[in-house]
Amino acid sequence: MASGRRPEHRAPPEIFYNEDEARKYTSNTRMIEIQEQLSERAIELLALPDHPCFILDIGCGSGLSGESLTNQDHTWIGLDISPSMLEVATEREVEGDLLQSDMGQGIPFRPGTFDGAISVSAVQWLCNADKKYHHPQKRLYKFFSTLYASLARGARAVMQMYPENSEQLELITQQAMKAGFSGGLVIDFPNSTKAKKIFLCLFAGGTTQELPQALGTEDSRQGQISYTDKRERVRQIRNSKAPKKSRQWIMEKKERRRKQGRSCRPDTKFTGRKRPNSF
Amino acid sequence: MKLLTHNMLTSNIIKGVKNGYPLKISASDVQLIDVDFNPEFITRMIPKINWKVLHEAAQSLGHANDLPAELNAEYEADQEFLKKTHHVLLEVEVQEGDLICPETERKFPISHGIPNMLLKEEEI
Repeated sequence: MASGRRPEHRAPPEIFYNEDEARKYTSNTRMIEIQEQLSERAIELLALPDHPCFILDIGCGSGLSGESLTNQDHTWIGLDISPSMLEVATEREVEGDLLQSDMGQGIPFRPGTFDGAISVSAVQWLCNADKKYHHPQKRLYKFFSTLYASLARGARAVMQMYPENSEQLELITQQAMKAGFSGGLVIDFPNSTKAKKIFLCLFAGGTTQELPQALGTEDSRQGQISYTDKRERVRQIRNSKAPKKSRQWIMEKKERRRKQGRSCRPDTKFTGRKRPNSF
Repeated sequence: MKLLTHNMLTSNIIKGVKNGYPLKISASDVQLIDVDFNPEFITRMIPKINWKVLHEAAQSLGHANDLPAELNAEYEADQEFLKKTHHVLLEVEVQEGDLICPETERKFPISHGIPNMLLKEEEI
């Protein structure tokens, strides 16, 4: 996603994910690593019971997310619209069964089939109208309502996505709620622009469940409005800024990095300690 | 496409189709693929499966292998039966052929083992 424009703006998914693009999902180790991390986290959020389950993978692509499912002994079916991506998945000999289908046209399965559904970086594609007869709102509703039906009661659907703006996010969540889902958003590392990841965590009926805890939000003060008097704020800033390279300055910097989910060395008594003066 | 997928698949996403189940299979190439036997998964899936549809589908492909037409009440302890079910559900794969909607006769082609469920503009 770092390369400027968003893929959704370039071409419809079945054309954007052509052979060249699909090939990246077998050769580009960075892309593979990111996809694997995202799918591991999505499966963690699914909170599946300890026995083997039957899972739907929406926008399975080359089957990277499916492999994580296979590793945990689950059986899965993968849907994707791009023939090139599916071809790569068959070449990789993934365990799951594959289906070429457009999620905006509905999920073609009997009611109550799946114990859970995951989707990695796919749902935001539905916000685009790639053909003249496409209505994003209708397609989203069709997708969520048929997905709701195909899930067993009490099952979860976890979708990692890259919404372009808050309007898109609202459109997606609104249609999901309209289709009957409960649940909400889990946002990992909300303080970082790069590590921030948005998961839509949906529950299909059953007992009321609590949303899982997001990563990297330990001491973010949510739902609180800080007291903002101008003079007070100026004083705070003046007092709070520690001199550069001081121990406090280093600790603050490390804390900031931790909040963004980046790596840094643990705090010890040696952190920021002055070196001995050897002449 | 495995018969497990076929057992769950419907064509009710087509406009005007109510049930769209079960889809008929006309296969020109069927292959057998080895899959690890997981008795717990099979036991858990059996209540979800429409047994009659599975039996008919397996028979139409010629891979029923004396799979009973009726589901026995005490299947959980019957390893032999679970193995047979495993074979039919997960190891028989339709590579080439068509899935046919029972209401509209619409054909969904299967190529390289992947059914194409994409609809046209007028079918949505």
